[in-house]
Amino acid sequence: MRILLIEDDIDTASYLAKGLNESGHTVNMAHDGRDGFFMALDQPYDALVIDRMLPGMDGLSIIRAIRTSGNRAPTLILSALGEVDARVEGLRAGGDDYLVKPFAFSELVARLEALVRRSTTATEQTTSLKVGDLEMDLLSHKVKRNHQTIDLQPREFRLLEFLMRNSGQVVTRTMLLENVWDYNFDPQTNVIDVHISRLRSKIDKQFKLPMLHTIRGAGYALRAGI
Amino acid sequence: MLSVQASKLFNSSTFRLALVYMALFSLSVLLLLGFIYWSTAGYMMRQAEATIEAEITGLAERYELAGLPGLSKIISERLSRQNNSSSIYLLADQEFKPIIGNLKKWPKEQTSEQGWMSFEFDSGPPDEVGQHKSRARTFRLRGGFYLLVGRDVHDLEEIQSLIQEALFWGLLITVVLALVGGVTMSRTMMHKVEIINTTCRQIMAGDLAQRIPSTGGDDDLDRLVNILNRMLEQIEELMQGVKQVTNNIAHDLRTPLTRLRRRLDMLRENDSSIENSDELLDQAIGEADGLLITFKALLRISEVETGSRRIGFKDVDMTVLLQDLVEFYEPLSEEKGQDFTVASAISKPVMGDRDLLFQAFANILDNAIKYTPASGGIRLIMHDQLDQLQIVICDTGPGVPTAAREKIFERFFRLETSRSTPGNGLGLSLVAAIIKLHHGQIELADNRPGLNITITLPRSS
Repeated sequence: MRILLIEDDIDTASYLAKGLNESGHTVNMAHDGRDGFFMALDQPYDALVIDRMLPGMDGLSIIRAIRTSGNRAPTLILSALGEVDARVEGLRAGGDDYLVKPFAFSELVARLEALVRRSTTATEQTTSLKVGDLEMDLLSHKVKRNHQTIDLQPREFRLLEFLMRNSGQVVTRTMLLENVWDYNFDPQTNVIDVHISRLRSKIDKQFKLPMLHTIRGAGYALRAGI
Repeated sequence: MLSVQASKLFNSSTFRLALVYMALFSLSVLLLLGFIYWSTAGYMMRQAEATIEAEITGLAERYELAGLPGLSKIISERLSRQNNSSSIYLLADQEFKPIIGNLKKWPKEQTSEQGWMSFEFDSGPPDEVGQHKSRARTFRLRGGFYLLVGRDVHDLEEIQSLIQEALFWGLLITVVLALVGGVTMSRTMMHKVEIINTTCRQIMAGDLAQRIPSTGGDDDLDRLVNILNRMLEQIEELMQGVKQVTNNIAHDLRTPLTRLRRRLDMLRENDSSIENSDELLDQAIGEADGLLITFKALLRISEVETGSRRIGFKDVDMTVLLQDLVEFYEPLSEEKGQDFTVASAISKPVMGDRDLLFQAFANILDNAIKYTPASGGIRLIMHDQLDQLQIVICDTGPGVPTAAREKIFERFFRLETSRSTPGNGLGLSLVAAIIKLHHGQIELADNRPGLNITITLPRSS
């Protein structure tokens, strides 16, 4: 993926660029709002990562301006402002996701990849999902692995659906809370782990190859192979 | 010093107000006295003039009828009749030589167009000395004779000057009294305001415990003082709260920061022994993450406390919310082998923020599951009352001693017995802030054994 990173803090920018490079992405950097805006117009990018507070031109103005020019590249806003109002303002300006500083690098990558995938697959109307030998029928709510039917609770079904839609990618705990439980809150204990291990016992236990993996310090990933 | 005080006095708004009042009051007193003067002394003068007018007309008519002898006769008659009266008559010939009358000679003073004049004359009787003032009218008779009829207005003038004097003193006393009153009033006011000023200056200098001394009365200034004092009390309480929180934060963040620093130090020292370094790194990152979580929680609490989230309040179906909550936490409780029972009535919605309410009950349930031992029990009950919703969460954990029940909602407060378990002491602070935001109440009670938390949420108003 070609990613444009507009971030005025050079330390943070180079750290993020290095990490994204290592994950196999090409990164162009701008440290100033105005430069970033012209770079975004100049070349097509698969995704934009824009800091909210920038010298020259602030992040939200950049997003509004490029959206007006018809550029629909998925955009992730980085900001130190974490209140609900600030988030809503960011998303209203045309941002696709909002990440509050400080954040774990893995969270940034997971969200960015999910964004890009969402923008490329949003047009397809899918009725079934398939990852390896795991199949999910979205209409009849049936799940099978290796042709063996698996009974899931409604919430487990939604959890698995989200994992399958993001298969091969790391999904963070926060992403699961927002998308599967639909409440914006922080559990004090890692209850999510319990839900994952329950799901794991249903889809992995009787099979040789485990699919649902815990990624240390980041989250979870559903993969077909190893 | 005196001039400073004087300028201070003049700058006082009360004094200026008093001055304006004094001017207005003096003006109205002046008008009133002027009217009294006009209607007493003026009236007497006008009466005298009217009498003179009538008399002169009468005499002139007499002259027309009876000629000079008739006129002389009647004048002498009148003069003799009213010997010591104040009437003045004089009939003179063409050269103003007196013919008959009680004036020795025709006065030199000029007459006005209507023939009126004022002049001084020697009062007739020898017992009285000096000049008397008189008011008179002259009339030219046919045949070139001159007639003068007048009144000795000495007494009248005396009365007039008496009244004038009385009016002058009255006005003077009014002005002096108003001035003295104004100065006294503004000095009293200035004194009271100065007390407030002094106290405020002391408070601004940092002495927040200062209070404005109250006189104990119930006038508007006393009420102002009372309100100011109450405001100061609130400010002091808030300041102390901030101070307390800041101290707590500094204290509670120092420990993990010290641990983090120590781990980094160790990492730098034993870079040769690789096997240990990964673990140390993980611990350091974990420590930093913990700090970030603490900060996030603190920010969240203060965000909730500002009350700005109230704008986004919507109808929240608590039945659904609690079902979601139970579904979210049941696996955790089950894993610990606890007995988790739920009794929830169907309820009408309450006004609130669903994310925050979920967070609040999640924190309480989190604690209940964390502190209740295996095979213990947790119960969640919701009562739907008419004007409020009551949610009770009880567990069979160690409970909270009565003495600590007030403190448990303070930031960073942790029971000594739970210091070893993970947590940052902010969970219940957030719960308290969220319930306060919803105008609700939290009560803690003994569940014998365990803790019984009752949360009351008022129905949407």
